[in-house]
Amino acid sequence: MKIIVCLKQVPGTTEVRINKLTNTLIREGVESIINPFDTYAIEEGVRLKERYGGKVTVVTMGPPQAEDALREAISVGADEAVLISDRTFAGSDTLATSYVLAKTITKIDEYSLIICGRQTMDGDTGQVGPELAQRLGIPFVAYVSQVEGISGGCIRVQRMVEEGREIVESPLPCVISVVKEINVPRLPSLLGTMRSKTARIPVWKAQDLGIDANKIGVSGSPTHVIRIFYPQRTRKAEVLQGSLQDQVEALVTKLRENKVI
Amino acid sequence: MQYFLNERQEMIRSIARRITEERIIPVRAELDEKEEFPWAIIKELSQADLFRIFIPEQYEGLGGGCLDLCLAIEELSRGCCGVSISYAAVALASIPLIKYGKEEQKQKYLPQIASGKMLAAFAVTESAAGSDIASIRTSAASEGSSYILNGTKQFITNGGEAQLYTVIAMTNPAKGARGASAILVEKDTPGFTFGRKERKMGIRASSTRELVFHNCRVPRDNLLGREGLGFVVAIKTFDESRPGVAAQAVGLAQGALEEAIAYAQKRVQFGRPISSFQAIQHMLVNMAIEIEAARALVYAVARTVDSGARDYTEEAGMAKVFASDVAMRVTTDAVQVFGGAGYMRDYPVEKMMRDAKIIQIYEGANQVLRNDIIPHLLKRKGKRT
Repeated sequence: MKIIVCLKQVPGTTEVRINKLTNTLIREGVESIINPFDTYAIEEGVRLKERYGGKVTVVTMGPPQAEDALREAISVGADEAVLISDRTFAGSDTLATSYVLAKTITKIDEYSLIICGRQTMDGDTGQVGPELAQRLGIPFVAYVSQVEGISGGCIRVQRMVEEGREIVESPLPCVISVVKEINVPRLPSLLGTMRSKTARIPVWKAQDLGIDANKIGVSGSPTHVIRIFYPQRTRKAEVLQGSLQDQVEALVTKLRENKVI
Repeated sequence: MQYFLNERQEMIRSIARRITEERIIPVRAELDEKEEFPWAIIKELSQADLFRIFIPEQYEGLGGGCLDLCLAIEELSRGCCGVSISYAAVALASIPLIKYGKEEQKQKYLPQIASGKMLAAFAVTESAAGSDIASIRTSAASEGSSYILNGTKQFITNGGEAQLYTVIAMTNPAKGARGASAILVEKDTPGFTFGRKERKMGIRASSTRELVFHNCRVPRDNLLGREGLGFVVAIKTFDESRPGVAAQAVGLAQGALEEAIAYAQKRVQFGRPISSFQAIQHMLVNMAIEIEAARALVYAVARTVDSGARDYTEEAGMAKVFASDVAMRVTTDAVQVFGGAGYMRDYPVEKMMRDAKIIQIYEGANQVLRNDIIPHLLKRKGKRT
């Protein structure tokens, strides 16, 4: 089975700084890691390979240093990697990103399953997975917490929904996005790390993929970030006074007023 | 300190360190408390290829040397010696197979050990034969194409958990030490059962058990090397494994030092962190000096082994004695730095102190190792080699 895992390199901190002019993240000087949700996607891909045979190809779109994230994925069991990197991709929103990924995956051609993390830690949108499925014209199953099995060209999964779990069957190929409950990602192995140091990772550019320049980068992205700001933190504390009886009554009244009880 | 490690050694160290920090340290207190064999961690170690380090390349290993193995053991021991001894004992038990095994024996077992599917154990000690291994009573009588084993081995690390046991037994009791042989016995062989599981002071995550042989029949093909070689197999095996035990002591002491420093910087008395008091500072510095000296010695001995030296009984013994004595002092001082808190099981240093004690005792008690060193020393009149 040919499995493709999409991953993203993100800043290894939640305290990112914002470029006030472009309203984009300042990535310089911040340690980069694989988006934590994507590590579950890689692990699930490797587990399915171990269960059903085949190979796992990891794909990322990003600056040249995103190659480190791909090498890390190889150290935990991925077989091959493709880096999609071109200056013209800079500033792409999720729609443009999914366009580039779809072009890449079409070029890879052979695949039965595409796995993504549920969302990234930096953008937090969770949009690329479903957009990718739409562009490829294949089914999408979100928030998968367990792959029950694959047989007869079908995958059977459990997905997390608001109040429980849903069991879904989908024909292959399809795209799934996974949640952290699905597995515990393994740590790098010695053989994997040795392989990751020497693995050849091809870099595909816009022209390699037959990309329409109007659909990528800042100009090709319909999303425009107008302003980014931190939510105001307001705390309205009130100290109840008086006898215990009065305090309890006052508290109950307040809770009723605010429709808590 | 610059130890000039190569790229692969750096890799081994960082992989073992990550497992230690993410998988071992969070559960070590619980494993110790429950005296539970760390199967989940063993699986992590095998997935990370750490069992491949000490297996030759032609048997699906990485053909690593003594220093490679020492680095892995040192890092794991920084977290938990109960875990690291379960790992190191497999390396120990692989040595006789690698050194003296026949091709078929190696092909049958080594790839399985390399992948972590099979744990191994080395069984020498008996109730009446500890340092005095010539007093072994377990017998292996020759009968047709089989050996019939009878007797009881004691204090066997990985006992009950390992699939493969290298047992030193008397094939010709009349010949004394020259009548001992090394024989492979697989778990589940009829007549081979496990006795008492020891309740230990430290390294409580590891399994230490009796092996009981009652008319246990194994094929003669399971003999390692030739008959009468058992004593040599045991001595040579321990010579080679001793630097690993010394590395265990270094890692343990390192872990204790880190805990002591972190606590000293946090603990406030008389309005200041206790790390600002000279009495504490000097303790911490002495710990650090001793650890670095032990590490330098252990790495130097491991490199001596890797250089192809034929006889390194003296060097290996020195490393084991010095490093384990350092670990005992350092962990004891770590408890002292922690004060009353250090005596409590809520903090990791009391476990470290309990764990340190065994390193002075097993794989050759430090006293008997000094006995092994002195003939070499006298022979060369104390001069440097």
